[in-house]
Amino acid sequence: MTSGAVSIRNVSKAFGAFKALDDVSLDIEPGEFLTLLGPSGSGKTTLLNVIAGFERPDAGSLLVDGVEFITRPPHKRDLGMVFQNYALFPHMDVFNNVAYPLKLRRVSSSSIRERVRQALDVVQMAHLSARRVTELSGGQKQRVALARAIVFEPKLLLMDEPLSALDKNLREHMQIELKRLHDRLGMTTVYVTHDQQEALTMSDRVAVLRSGKIVQLDTPKTIYDRPNCRFVASFMGETRMLPVRKAGNGYEFAGRQLKLAQPPSAGAEQWLVVRPERLGWHGHDERDNRIEGLVVDVVYRGDSHSIALKLPGDHEISIRHTPVQDHPLPEPGQTLTLWLTPQASVLVEETGA
Amino acid sequence: MTTVAADLLPPNAGVLNAGLLGGDERRQRLAMFGLSVPALVLVALVLLVPFSWLAWLSFFDASGALSGENYARLLRPAYVNSFLSTLQVSAAVTAICILLGYPVAYLLSQLPQRVAQVLLVFIILPFWTSVLVRTYAWLVLLQREGVINTWLKQLGLISESLPLVNNLTGTIIGMVHVMLPFLILPLYSSMRAIDPVYLRAAANCGASPAQSFRQVFLPLSAPGLGAGAALTFVLCLGFYLTPALLGGGRVAMWSTQIADAVSKFANWGAASALSVALLVVTGIILWAMKWAVRRLGSSLGEG
Repeated sequence: MTSGAVSIRNVSKAFGAFKALDDVSLDIEPGEFLTLLGPSGSGKTTLLNVIAGFERPDAGSLLVDGVEFITRPPHKRDLGMVFQNYALFPHMDVFNNVAYPLKLRRVSSSSIRERVRQALDVVQMAHLSARRVTELSGGQKQRVALARAIVFEPKLLLMDEPLSALDKNLREHMQIELKRLHDRLGMTTVYVTHDQQEALTMSDRVAVLRSGKIVQLDTPKTIYDRPNCRFVASFMGETRMLPVRKAGNGYEFAGRQLKLAQPPSAGAEQWLVVRPERLGWHGHDERDNRIEGLVVDVVYRGDSHSIALKLPGDHEISIRHTPVQDHPLPEPGQTLTLWLTPQASVLVEETGA
Repeated sequence: MTTVAADLLPPNAGVLNAGLLGGDERRQRLAMFGLSVPALVLVALVLLVPFSWLAWLSFFDASGALSGENYARLLRPAYVNSFLSTLQVSAAVTAICILLGYPVAYLLSQLPQRVAQVLLVFIILPFWTSVLVRTYAWLVLLQREGVINTWLKQLGLISESLPLVNNLTGTIIGMVHVMLPFLILPLYSSMRAIDPVYLRAAANCGASPAQSFRQVFLPLSAPGLGAGAALTFVLCLGFYLTPALLGGGRVAMWSTQIADAVSKFANWGAASALSVALLVVTGIILWAMKWAVRRLGSSLGEG
């Protein structure tokens, strides 16, 4: 099998005055699981459609294993794709849907039977190969769509929000399954989603897009722990941004000098990234950053209580209180002191570097 | 508490408020039914009553005695031939409508909705003119010294006038013109409903545009094509005006036979038997087409 390296160079695409892709360049390693993450209108689906050949960009180059693909029609690209609503052919049963790419490649019928069975085995759907696709559940359709995309062993697999139509439990289950499948098959995968959790769970690297540009391209851990701008930080987790003031060499929040493990960038306008799981119930003034606020409400969430805190300057943050916490459950109206270690205190600028 | 509440209810009430809720549901159903009463009465008056009377008449001969004579007469060569030629003309018109209409419906379905809606007006436009007027217009165009023959002669393409009207050719031309919208409209709406993502998926699987059209778009449009073709065919079977005017008496359709039986021979019994036969045949054809379309759709998918 060929390697499946993708090299995107200076790709631009405008729809009228709207720039869907603005001079995007991106290299995808062979065998990599890369996620394009962004809100709707950020250009992530347009970029995927450029790779698949469904969208003709205004400018740019697309190399797959060193071969120029930019003007190649979609049916000659040999890429597997899982569509958002699966796009299984309603007039064919499961077997014929999965067999379709092989029939088009004039594979012998005995070999088709064998390979379709293997592909359906991979997604655990072999027992339903005679079903009509209209009789399948969402999760089953998703699996069949995946089998159809991998049955001809493409070097590159594209997925356009394949899990967005599934309910939460099934979605989380399928995330793990897709990840395992990728580890097993090893084909380069480009995955589009607007769900940060999905991106962090599955990817080797994540490209965060905004207004047709890649804002940050990094491993999930770096994206989450060291976001390079306010946009990326606020897109990840239940993040709240607190504006900090430049004071001398450092920065201060609510009149207290912030202790930082990482020196911040030079920008004047900086925000402190506050996430519920980074806040601690215990700390020391000489070591950690103290955050004080008024408890606004305490909401029961099953596994924990979510506590909303009002800070000076009308900012609101939240923290989880789990049953094993060695701190009593606060009550609304109470003043609460929370702590951020210097390592957990990350400052970001308005725009990325 | 619950036992006390149950004791307070009348013994036949069973569950809390069951009688009240059941009555409420019945009233609501009755109200819904009431809304359809005017339409039901109208259908009964203008369709069921006359047709029952017609069917009743068909079992009496000219002298008024109960007999199967009217149906026996249908087996005479003249009637059998006109029945066969009705089927042939209807099939030909439907086939030509499919050949002309499918590409038009396909084009419309691929255009942006706004553009398609404007173009659709041109398809629907003929509906605003009476069939009679349109048929006479064809007479003007097609006749011996009509517009088309005159032009062709002036261009030097022909020396003798072509027999375009008062025959089968004229009948088919006129019928195709009247029937085309009945094929295009249901076909167009079914093509609109085909999600373009299926064609993308086909292309992604490796299908060329021609392959994805034949293997994906065509089977998915088959139900709409079947509906349009069945509608066209059935309307053709009972079509009177255009065959009568453009056929010039040379095209013996089932409908012209019915008209002749009444107007020329005042034989209501024969006309009734012909009508009943037409209705039965129409019903059979509709049912058969529905079945065939379902088979076609699934067999194209597996091919």
